[in-house]
Amino acid sequence: MAAGRLDIQRCRACGEHVFYPRGSVCPHCGSLGLDWVTASGRGMVHSFTVVHRAPPEFAAEAPYVVALVDLEEGPRMMSRLLGADPAAVAVGMPVELSISGDPPLPYFRLRRS
Amino acid sequence: MTDRVAAIAGVAESDLGVVPDKTYLQLMAEASHAALAEAGLTFKDVDGLFSAGGDDYAATMRLGEYLGIRPDHTDSTNIGGASFVAHAGHARMAIAEGRCQVALIAYGSTQRSQGGRSLGRTGPMRGPAQFEQVWGLPLPVGAYALAATRHMHQYGTTSEQLAEVAVATRRWAELNAKAYMRDPITIDDVLNSRWIAEPLHLLDCCLVTDGGGAVVVVSAERARDLPKAPVWILGHGESHTHLGISSMPDLTVTPARWSGTDALAMSGVRREELDVVELYDSFTITVLLTLEALGFCGPGESGEFVRGGRTGPGGDFPMNTNGGGLSYCHPGMYGIFTLIEATRQLRGECGERQVEGARLALCNGTGGVLSSAATVVLGVA
Repeated sequence: MAAGRLDIQRCRACGEHVFYPRGSVCPHCGSLGLDWVTASGRGMVHSFTVVHRAPPEFAAEAPYVVALVDLEEGPRMMSRLLGADPAAVAVGMPVELSISGDPPLPYFRLRRS
Repeated sequence: MTDRVAAIAGVAESDLGVVPDKTYLQLMAEASHAALAEAGLTFKDVDGLFSAGGDDYAATMRLGEYLGIRPDHTDSTNIGGASFVAHAGHARMAIAEGRCQVALIAYGSTQRSQGGRSLGRTGPMRGPAQFEQVWGLPLPVGAYALAATRHMHQYGTTSEQLAEVAVATRRWAELNAKAYMRDPITIDDVLNSRWIAEPLHLLDCCLVTDGGGAVVVVSAERARDLPKAPVWILGHGESHTHLGISSMPDLTVTPARWSGTDALAMSGVRREELDVVELYDSFTITVLLTLEALGFCGPGESGEFVRGGRTGPGGDFPMNTNGGGLSYCHPGMYGIFTLIEATRQLRGECGERQVEGARLALCNGTGGVLSSAATVVLGVA
């Protein structure tokens, strides 16, 4: 994250990508042997919600958009969509990685494809 | 149809709603006492213990200590709200193996009096949860909202269709003196209730109450002379597909797809033969997804299936006849209440909300964030 990229794992045996990181066992094929690769940062909105009633520590930021993003490489991860009008977000929209914050986190923004 | 192996002999709830002056252990104990009494039994007869939830790492060890029970079979399986439905299946298996004769399944929670619904975890983040917690998704509601958004996108499901579930379930609650919320609501009331996490409104979400329940399951031998008609556990199934919503393989398919298939196959009962169903309704979307997963309708067809109050009183698909988690009670892990209501329906004890001639019922519990499911099929002679 500090280096400005999102690294995910890929299985040596079946070639599938993995998120969240596992120690060494591929959850797709069960083999041992995961390598780290850098993700392209491109993905698509698989689902999202506009959070109104937020947990106390995030209440000041509400409403905000939490999304499930399907990375280009395959795996799905949760994130927040930055800089998007909640009313303009739709399933299927392309997004791109936007690392920011302290500590840096993998946010996403809507991408003009 | 399988042999008659194990039957529900007694069911009871504790005080429900807002119970500030009792611990969850007291609620469990009181429900257990009442359920055993209904079965003509006492704590001394119990040799199998099943429980989940609470403050301790092994719910049954605490329950056994609290009630003075030393079981020969113990099961603290915790798969969230589905746990107690799974326990019913496990009790049948233990009884079939001769490991116990009288199984007590018990649950209690004072989440309401202790401070309301959890919106997320506090404290240091570690393990896989860190990849979700940091984004501020309120749990569990936010996860269910993600599932609802996907279902709407994939199948065109509408907020009105979700609201139908809340409205029909409230109509059953109007007929249940023990239900917490009994004022009628309309579709507009649901749609106008405030946003929690879109597309879920306040009235799409289950209650937050205190409460407890207990179910006593006995062997066929013990079922021979019971004060009330035995309710046989004819089939059961359980499964889980994930823990965190990011890892759910398909946001529109809950594990009830497998638990339901197994429970029905084991029982030999066809869906059309069921007279009443009790499906854990943590949120309106949970019900729609469960109807599809259990095969009562095809994928994406649940919105149409519930239209026009079909699942409410007078409809041809009686569902959640006690008012459900949406309107009757919801102390956090609701599954046991599906068993309690189904049992009472099959015994003909439900008064104004009785489904006439009910002989076969299906109960489904969902746990976590659509993560787990357990299904049982119950029947009377």
